[in-house]
Amino acid sequence: MAVIVDAAARPLTVPRVTAPRPPRQRPTAAAGQFLLYVVLFALSALFLLPFAWLVLTSLKPPDEVFDPGWIPSPWYPQNYADVFANAPVGRWLRNSLIVAVLGVVSVVFSSSLVAYGFARLRFRGKKQLFALVMATYLLPQMVTLIPTFLIWNRLGAVNTFYPLWAGNLFGSAFYIFMLRQFLFTIPQDLVDAARIDGAGYFRIYWSIMLPLIKPALAVVAVFEFQAKWNDFFLPLIYVNRTELYTMALGLASFKDEYETQWALWMAASVILTLPMMLLFFLAQRFLVEGVATTGLKG
Amino acid sequence: MAGLPIARPIPAGAAKRRRISDEALAGWISISPWLLGFVVFTGVPLLASLYFSFTKYDVIRSPEWVGLDNYRRLLTNDRLFPLALRNTFTYALMAVPLDVATSLGAALLLNQARRWQGVFRTIYYLPAITPAVATSYLFIWILNPNAGLLNRGLRFLHLPAPQWTVDPFWIKPTIVISQLWVLGGSMIILLAALKQVPAPLYEAAWLDGAGRWRRFKDVTLPMISGVLFFVATVGTINALQVFTQGYVMFDKNGGPEQSALFIVMYLYNRAFGTGTFQMGYAAAIAWILFVIVVAITVFQFRLSKRWVYYESGDER
Repeated sequence: MAVIVDAAARPLTVPRVTAPRPPRQRPTAAAGQFLLYVVLFALSALFLLPFAWLVLTSLKPPDEVFDPGWIPSPWYPQNYADVFANAPVGRWLRNSLIVAVLGVVSVVFSSSLVAYGFARLRFRGKKQLFALVMATYLLPQMVTLIPTFLIWNRLGAVNTFYPLWAGNLFGSAFYIFMLRQFLFTIPQDLVDAARIDGAGYFRIYWSIMLPLIKPALAVVAVFEFQAKWNDFFLPLIYVNRTELYTMALGLASFKDEYETQWALWMAASVILTLPMMLLFFLAQRFLVEGVATTGLKG
Repeated sequence: MAGLPIARPIPAGAAKRRRISDEALAGWISISPWLLGFVVFTGVPLLASLYFSFTKYDVIRSPEWVGLDNYRRLLTNDRLFPLALRNTFTYALMAVPLDVATSLGAALLLNQARRWQGVFRTIYYLPAITPAVATSYLFIWILNPNAGLLNRGLRFLHLPAPQWTVDPFWIKPTIVISQLWVLGGSMIILLAALKQVPAPLYEAAWLDGAGRWRRFKDVTLPMISGVLFFVATVGTINALQVFTQGYVMFDKNGGPEQSALFIVMYLYNRAFGTGTFQMGYAAAIAWILFVIVVAITVFQFRLSKRWVYYESGDER
């Protein structure tokens, strides 16, 4: 029993097949590996340099932003204080956090419940309905934008946070698909045992399924947190009072508000990006494998 | 695979009398959030936007039926809409193949690495978690024709340094470059697909005398073609709806000669950007975009039958 639970608790691990290694080892293989690492390091530089440059520029004195040198002289952390002094950045960060947390909590529960229905319960028309779920994943969001706006407008919810997260209460096709894949891996024996003990279907969802797919739920939570934190489009549409801006929308407004103050833009960009970096490093192991599973069986 | 091998506690006679079983009821309840959302936020809006596209609607007064007028104006009497269409297609045609090719290239490289693969994977993925607004700011800077990082490098190497963010010709490549930096998502999906190719296939091919290229073309590509198809299809749908980059890197009108005015930006401008809501006209734009996306997706699915290899016996 313990073994089964343990195996099911880590459904994230993609079965690892050892990299193809033809049984030939010549000196050219070593040279090949060396060349490979040269390329890998060069690419790493391409991916990392923009970050380094962003951070360093955000620490330059405003009038030296255009100087070719990378290292600020003198170092000028004052930019960050200026960002907070010029714009309600604390408020924007708080707004982003509220929207992201509400979005995460609602999407985790709704999507997992829906995925449970599709993965583990039998009812007529399930297959067709799931095809519909997948179709909505491919549906371009822009088609429904205007009527959706009109609905929120009618409800008096423009310039509130509801339009930014409440759609998550209905699940999201992408996560439903992903969690369904994970729910398939849970051994039926566990469910049968619980049934014999008298557990109902929702008790099974709550007490067996949810705990066993925690790693997958963590992936969903982190993805959705990022999606909401980074989202620019919905806040742009639904929120037009400065004190209700999310950080992403607030950052975009810098372009108009502080037209040439590049150091401020860069500092504010770092402020927006940093929480995502921290989150990523905390959740890295889950994340990368979570992304990996989404494309498979697509 | 969610078969229930045990006999359920309900006696057979009782199950027959009920119109719907407990399990089916639980199933419907559990998917009800999605079902409700589908009706309220997808089904109804989809049809409503079709209806609005035949009307003139400013939100204040009720919609006024104008028949095909919005479509007629869009297709024959609007200078910006054809431009937005052209811009979007040009962008998608550049961005999607390049994104698929480069992320596949990066995944292949990573898959070869025997040491530190995880470290490189993390580094390559990092840009993908950066908020689009920040990436946009970063790249207008990096691609700034005078002070930008890229052109300083190009001049140092005595290569031509294009006027990236200024010359209308280079505006779309500018956005494409900024998007290549964030290829991490598709790269990781492809890397996972590469890892799932069974090693015995490579060994068999090698024993048959297949060289590196043949092994890639005849083993790797067919085995990952399903995932490649997924990446390309989703990438196309997203590219056709490009918005944030054009809006933030340039402005809502698309910068120099409106070269970055994409369909969704034009839709946004008509619906929300002018001070008066032109919901009917914007809905017509949305529906044209919808028809285009569906047509291209269906075409990609058709085409996929020729090149995507599906293992038989896939249970789903």
